[in-house]
Amino acid sequence: MHELGIIVKVLDEVDEVAAEYKAQKILKVTMEVGEVSTIVPDLFTDAFDWAKKKTRFAQDAELEMIIIEGRTYCENCGETYRTTEHGKKCPYCGSHETYLLTGDQVIIKDIAAVFDDEGQPSINE
Amino acid sequence: MQEVRTILLSKSVFEDNDREADVLRERLREKGVCLVNVMSSPGSGKTTLLVSLIRRLSERYRVGVMEADIDSDVDAVTVARETGCRSVQLHTDGMCHLDAGMTEQGLRELGDGLDIIFLENVGNLVCPAEYDTGANFNVVILSVPEGTDKPLKYPLVFENSDLVIVSKIDALPYFDFDIEECKSYVGKRNGAVEVIPVSAKTGENMEALENWFINKLN
Repeated sequence: MHELGIIVKVLDEVDEVAAEYKAQKILKVTMEVGEVSTIVPDLFTDAFDWAKKKTRFAQDAELEMIIIEGRTYCENCGETYRTTEHGKKCPYCGSHETYLLTGDQVIIKDIAAVFDDEGQPSINE
Repeated sequence: MQEVRTILLSKSVFEDNDREADVLRERLREKGVCLVNVMSSPGSGKTTLLVSLIRRLSERYRVGVMEADIDSDVDAVTVARETGCRSVQLHTDGMCHLDAGMTEQGLRELGDGLDIIFLENVGNLVCPAEYDTGANFNVVILSVPEGTDKPLKYPLVFENSDLVIVSKIDALPYFDFDIEECKSYVGKRNGAVEVIPVSAKTGENMEALENWFINKLN
């Protein structure tokens, strides 16, 4: 449900960047989405395709997601392991003294946009 | 001629909000105001519990409350009527969570001269956990009818909490809810968090809850 709220923020952000860089339109938005970020990738894509219609530059843009594996570090034994398989409990020593290293991020990595390289004023409807 | 270029952003979606929340938290600390973000599922008895808790705390402190809802102001009206404390209703306009910006707006509306402010977040265990409101304490309410396994199903909200309140314990005889099992699930997610079981209806153990806040405020 909050995929839409996040996507609206993402689209606001990329629209602003496109305007700032004087791009003509955005072709692709690439995001890094952690496995344990609570984002459901399918819902994220649906929300993106619905919300992009209301943007200035991203109406035809596609969303690419790079899924980042969740990795947890064990402070007790120093091992790291896959978070989605074992959660908070270290599979090597059984300790709960663990913390997430990576996999909860939701990051706008980059956008691919069309530019007018002649430096002519861009045409925006 | 047109060409396609890539603009690098590398920006976290939560970055702006996290920064705003940190600024807000610091400002509250300087003013000596304690902001408590209360999160739970819909129907966990948040409003009833808050009414009961605020009545107790009002004897010592100046208490305010902000009620967040997608739409409607039933909660703000109820709390104000039942406790006489200052209250404002925040509308999220369809969003499923509150962010630091909305919280700040609510605080401005509420005004100065309060010791403790409860922020009743939108009833939902997923989205509010992602957005730092700038609160000094995060509290999760889990009601007996919801079941013991919620900390396993919605880990983030429990990981980010300072206190878990198990509400509606007067209903324990009618449900398969094991408080010790629930505590162990919460502990797996967040070893440091305290779990306080209460019933706002019968008043059972409400004093322990009141004392938790009194300790934090001193």
